[in-house]
Amino acid sequence: MSIVQKIEPAEPADAPEQDLRLVKDRVRVYPMSVKGMVRSFKWEVLAFCLLVYYLLPWLRWDRGPGRPDQAVLVDIWNERMYILGFEFWPQDIYLLAGALILAAFALFMVTSLLGRVWCGYTCPQTVWTDLFLGVERLIEGDRNERIKRDTGPLSWDKIWRKTAKHSIWLFVAFWTGGAWIMYYVDAPTVTCEFWTGTASFQVYFFTGLFTATTYLLAGWAREQVCTYMCPWPRFQAAMLDEQTLTVTYQGWRGEPRGKKHPDETWSGRGDCVDCNACVHVCPTGIDIRDGQQLECIGCGLCIDACNHVMTKLERPNWLITWDNLVRQNAKIKHETVPEIRFLRPRTLIYAAVLVAGAGGMAYAVTNRSELNLIVQRDRAPLFVRLADGTLRNGYTLSIANKKPMARTFQLSLKGMDGAELALPESSGGQASAVDVAAKADTVTDVRVLVRAPSSVHGNVPVSFVLRDTLSGATQEWTSTFLAPSATAE
Amino acid sequence: MPTKIEKDALTGKETTGHDWDGIRELNTPVPRWWLYVWLATIAWGIALFILYPAIPLGRTATAGLLGYTSHGALDKSLRALQAERAPFFDKIEATSLEDIQKDPDLLSVALIAGKSAFANNCSPCHGPSGSGRPGFPNLEDDVWLWGGTLDQIKQTITYGVRSGNPDAHVSDMPHFGADNLLPPDDIQAVADYVSTLYGGQQKGTAPAPASVEAGAKIFGDNCAPCHGDKGQGNPDVGAPRLASATHLYGNDRATIVHQVTLPRQGVMPAWTGRLDDATIKSLALYVHSLGGGQ
Ligand code: SF4
Ligand code: SF4
Repeated sequence: MSIVQKIEPAEPADAPEQDLRLVKDRVRVYPMSVKGMVRSFKWEVLAFCLLVYYLLPWLRWDRGPGRPDQAVLVDIWNERMYILGFEFWPQDIYLLAGALILAAFALFMVTSLLGRVWCGYTCPQTVWTDLFLGVERLIEGDRNERIKRDTGPLSWDKIWRKTAKHSIWLFVAFWTGGAWIMYYVDAPTVTCEFWTGTASFQVYFFTGLFTATTYLLAGWAREQVCTYMCPWPRFQAAMLDEQTLTVTYQGWRGEPRGKKHPDETWSGRGDCVDCNACVHVCPTGIDIRDGQQLECIGCGLCIDACNHVMTKLERPNWLITWDNLVRQNAKIKHETVPEIRFLRPRTLIYAAVLVAGAGGMAYAVTNRSELNLIVQRDRAPLFVRLADGTLRNGYTLSIANKKPMARTFQLSLKGMDGAELALPESSGGQASAVDVAAKADTVTDVRVLVRAPSSVHGNVPVSFVLRDTLSGATQEWTSTFLAPSATAE
Repeated sequence: MPTKIEKDALTGKETTGHDWDGIRELNTPVPRWWLYVWLATIAWGIALFILYPAIPLGRTATAGLLGYTSHGALDKSLRALQAERAPFFDKIEATSLEDIQKDPDLLSVALIAGKSAFANNCSPCHGPSGSGRPGFPNLEDDVWLWGGTLDQIKQTITYGVRSGNPDAHVSDMPHFGADNLLPPDDIQAVADYVSTLYGGQQKGTAPAPASVEAGAKIFGDNCAPCHGDKGQGNPDVGAPRLASATHLYGNDRATIVHQVTLPRQGVMPAWTGRLDDATIKSLALYVHSLGGGQ
């Protein structure tokens, strides 16, 4: 069934189509302050998120001498990432992919259960916009005062308040951009360098960049980001179903709406008194009474606003509430209202993926070896015949020593009789086992020559065994030794 | 052009009039700031056209106010790279080959520098990894014409072989066949004897013992002075090692006969003057590290 109906032209068909515009002017939103349960919770989440963001880089974590002591640090220059007791190497990048996939599924699951709580409470765009709105309200006053000042003439009052507001915004934005940098370089060091003018160009550039984006996105763009820039509102509807909790205006109870005369009784009319409080507090400037909309970030502030009104009118609260479609339809038809089904195939599948993924990640993180060996055979020449007729293959060993000290390993071969090892540029000569040194906390490449008797033919699998001479830990890699085939001679 | 502009019943907004299998699109105008961003990108594009090379004019293009060329940028980054590497190259130049070998950090720099210099200058003849080919020595094995110690390799790279440089290696094997120094039968006998030195790398029937014995005597008289009494070769005069499983021009008997009759003589250029000292040293270390270094 189409939701679009053909309208019969009420006026002559050639009437001007005044609505068919290409560009829309922005309708400025002046969210009104509101108090209530939701608002308090939202403040708490906001404080928590901001505290974590600003303070986390300052948390210290002792990793021993010569190593960074910042609890969370993405050390791009040295190709290391530290999260508390974990150290990640570029080789572990798949874990980052895993973490992002987990985050995506967590978002899908939460959205299918509770609607857009991410958007309404924890999204950085929401958190910083809320913070910036708070600053604005503090300096310029509440909605009506702001509207009046903005439409009024230029005055000293207007100038100083706007200047103060933008200064504080810029200060917060700068603090935000600066904190971002601290996740990539040691926080105390970079702070000191920043103010003495000795920090790198990148530090100043990215601080400036994130200062600018924070100021523009949270101060100026605000709800425009959610409505026009962010892809999530466009496809989050795919996670919703008739069981998902969303911010809902209970029209069956509110309609018919209308202003209420003090003498009027409540019979024959809805509970909504058309006071527009819900519209005025909405940070995206929409009317929730029109139903679910793309612009609604699910913050629930309209719930607080309406509860306030209902309390004053001594009507039951929750005219605007969280509810799902199934229950609302039942209420409209006066049927028994079913329980909310949190367990349903969609959420169970998301949960299963989450649990499996988290388990896999936990296993992968805890079972990373502190020693990795990769052996690459020289591509050319396939083999070298020496003067005495013996054959030689060259290999490059990449030894990833993830321990903070240099280690010595004994390298030996398995699987080929009479084969001998040699390290070029060492005086060791040929031997069945050789010692190789691996530098601390890095990958050491070692070229190794393997020499086999001329009786070896074809492709022979050969294993390189690396044994830590102190701890006895071993790593093995199986490669091949190439020799001419028996028929080629 | 939109044809069936309608009013959407739910939102009260107009549609664009486009119809995709019953799905119709609301006509939602873009925000004005979006338009400004779009205009700004156009301005940005025009600025790029003015500042950078942009409009093609046959074989050239408009130069742009900044005077940027990709060649100039490459030049600049190469010079920056050289400046960055200079300290290492200075150190390599000032340090003896033996001392570089004992310094793992400097050695690793030299080996990397040597590897890239080898790829640029040596691999056309010696192959990408020094594995050589008939007539062009394999640098990975342990057979050396002019010696495989670090100093010998450096000497060879610096002055070359028959390169015309006064310090170049020069050797001249007599044309035993072409100049009638040995009769053809003797050459065949010598070839029979030499092939026995090759360590069973020969295909086909074994040479007759009598011929080998005769060849051994001829070898002792004519060839041993340079190639050694057991065919072990002599790097001082560039006489190849014959008692070996691998040879410069090939392992078969016909090659031996050809080399005795009318020897081929390879030429390698002198690299002094073309490559700086640090690069030549790096090359010597790299070649030495390939596996055959002595
Ligand atoms: S309609 Fe209500 S829940 Fe939605 S964004 Fe506005 S105030 Fe928040
Ligand atoms: S706040 Fe409640 S009563 Fe007031 S307009 Fe909104 S829904 Fe109606």
